[in-house]
Amino acid sequence: MTSSTSPPSRPTNDPRREGFGSVLRSEWTKLRTVRGWVIGLVAAAVLCVAFTFVVGHGNQEGGCTGPPPPGSGPNSPGTNCYTGHPFVPTGPNGEAVADSYRLVEQPLSGNGTLTAQVTSLTGLIWTGPANIAPSLAHTKPGLAAWAKAGILVTPSTHQGSPYAAIMATGSHGIRWQYNYTHDRPGLPGAITNSAPRWLRLTRTGDTLTGYDSANGRTWHEIGTANLAGLPASVILGLFVTSPVSFQRSSSGAPTQATATFDHVTLNGRAVSDVRQSHSIGTGSQDYYPTLGTGSAHRPGNTFVLSGSGDIALAVNPLAGGDTASSSLWFGLIAALIVTIVVATMFITVEYRRGLIRTTFTATPQRTSVLVAKAAVIGVVAFVVGALAAAVGVPLGMHVLNGNGNYVFPTTTLTEVRIIAGSGVLLALTAVAVLALGAILRKSASAITTGVLVFALPYLLGQLLSGSAQEWLFRVTPAAGFDVLGVLPHSAQVDYPSTIANGYYPLAPWAGLVVLCAYAALALGTATFLLRRRDA
Amino acid sequence: MTEALRAEWTKLRTLASTGWLLLGAIVLTVGVSAAVAAAVHVTSRTGQDPTKLALTGIYLGQTIPAVLAVLTISEEYGTGMIRTTLTAMPRRFVLLAAKAVNVAGLTFVAGCLAVAGCLLVGRLLLPGAGLDPAHGYALVSISHSSTLRAAVGSVVYLVLVALLSLGVATVVRDTAVSIGVVLAVLYLPPILAQAVSDPLRRHLEQIAPMTAGLAIQATTDLRSLPIAPWAGLGVLAAWAAASLLVGGMLLRLRDA
Repeated sequence: MTSSTSPPSRPTNDPRREGFGSVLRSEWTKLRTVRGWVIGLVAAAVLCVAFTFVVGHGNQEGGCTGPPPPGSGPNSPGTNCYTGHPFVPTGPNGEAVADSYRLVEQPLSGNGTLTAQVTSLTGLIWTGPANIAPSLAHTKPGLAAWAKAGILVTPSTHQGSPYAAIMATGSHGIRWQYNYTHDRPGLPGAITNSAPRWLRLTRTGDTLTGYDSANGRTWHEIGTANLAGLPASVILGLFVTSPVSFQRSSSGAPTQATATFDHVTLNGRAVSDVRQSHSIGTGSQDYYPTLGTGSAHRPGNTFVLSGSGDIALAVNPLAGGDTASSSLWFGLIAALIVTIVVATMFITVEYRRGLIRTTFTATPQRTSVLVAKAAVIGVVAFVVGALAAAVGVPLGMHVLNGNGNYVFPTTTLTEVRIIAGSGVLLALTAVAVLALGAILRKSASAITTGVLVFALPYLLGQLLSGSAQEWLFRVTPAAGFDVLGVLPHSAQVDYPSTIANGYYPLAPWAGLVVLCAYAALALGTATFLLRRRDA
Repeated sequence: MTEALRAEWTKLRTLASTGWLLLGAIVLTVGVSAAVAAAVHVTSRTGQDPTKLALTGIYLGQTIPAVLAVLTISEEYGTGMIRTTLTAMPRRFVLLAAKAVNVAGLTFVAGCLAVAGCLLVGRLLLPGAGLDPAHGYALVSISHSSTLRAAVGSVVYLVLVALLSLGVATVVRDTAVSIGVVLAVLYLPPILAQAVSDPLRRHLEQIAPMTAGLAIQATTDLRSLPIAPWAGLGVLAAWAAASLLVGGMLLRLRDA
């Protein structure tokens, strides 16, 4: 009698494991046979893709400048409208960069060294209203912290070319920078009449070395750069540039810097004796907002250069760019709300119908039941989120590009991370609200709490500003959305790193860890209560 | 009608959850307003709207009247009570109207208390955040006609959100799905509006129930609003009326 009760097809060597397998299978059967839930989960993915399309479609690049039309408010857009985005250069590693400056150069053949003394560095900040083009007419004195003046070597004056430069800055001392992202500090302190700085850049084959000195006799090497494939003839010269300042306005004010170079000496073979002055990346098609195109002249033995722009990573809001995830996040919130409803019902409906008692009679190990439910809903939600993102990310980028928007270049790895991250985001949220459902046992309270806790912080974060917003994306479940972050933070640029500009406060996976902690807390509490309470 | 009203009132009154939900609505609304008023720190002399800031709690607090309204009908479907109810009161429009009046009445009372609490909190806390006459801002006071309009309008807003939710629940008939739908209808359009650019953003803010309805809270810079205050409340009223109408029709056409 007893031998005939166990089905012969099941292996029996590990009864506990076998037991969990069948719990898992019964929970999977429960999920897939409720038609409303399956429809809901499919709808979540479809909604996500549809909204990604809507958001991408609703973002038309372009804008309007000039005076507002008569009868509208003072903050209304102007009447001179345009479409399409300005040119954003791409750097040697495929990243978006700013490459706008004033250069006085002389081509160098083979190895050589250029030395110069920076005797002054001053600046101007644009103070005019937002709706007129920046010009030197409305300015006040002021030097941007990352205003740059120094010696630069590059194979080409095309924007986005590799380069290495030794420079004096507004308030970050002497710096050695190359290829837009690398930065090493040298002597600290600002340039003053009593404390001029000496700069030197040496080229030996593909290797470039930057030196600084306070007196022109004792030199300190700051750093070296290896620009592979540097041609025999390179452009070597003096440059000045000055970035947009966000000190006073969130939209930024262009600045200009003026530097005086003395004792400019070249050791090496110049291709020609003529020094040429270029304004790079300051045309009307270039994205970087500049205060004029700068100038260069030679009073006596000195060089005086004025320049505006930046040589660094491109940042929002200046580039005005979208990212691979910027049209996806809204669709994800919609999918999140649907997933929250289904995941909660996955357990609250059992309480409502009394099925939970049957479930616990069949499987008295209540933790196993909860874990099996969490595994089933987690895997399903992962698939929904990852599938939706796998369609949504390329679709969103395609639509944004088609609308004339600039989309920051991303690597395939980043796109894969966004797709997998979206799946994990949905999975962790589903597990957390399932646990919430087990704790509260009522659909109404569990869903309301689930939406308020897991979906609304993101909404509130969008509406708040500054530190409150950053705090929300660090410690609330909205931190999970940090996995959508694409734009790298840059320490060499001053810019408002807000969510609206596409900058998330945490590293992508760190955000998911925060969300994971919430899910674990909910699951732990649910396990504890499930074991102590009657069903 | 009177008997239907009394029957529905008895059902609502005798549920323990009703009282807790209404209390929760007041506490959540005033609590969020107090937290925002305590956290905000204003440095600029213009651009802030003290009344709107004091009423921020409505933003989250509205979920609870919405849940109460949903539960009023969806729980009857969940427990099968709806069949008893319809046996006792076969005129289904009258039944829905009775539920609507009761939910609206309770939300009105809780809304009045919540809005009064918000304004009091604003009056007491906002001067500490730099929103005082010394910085060019008037104190929050019901004697200003625009603040009075915002206060009365916020109470009406809560009532209309509850009626909208009742209509949705009558259509959907399931507690969980109804709440999901109501929260999505309320909260998704404002997020979508943040994500897209004009003119789509402006149109969305004009027709979405929450953004249009909450225009009633603005007391400064009315020209920059996507929709005029009372017109915005009218949009929400249209949403509520439409959902009740569809709910009523379906209630009449379908078997319970």
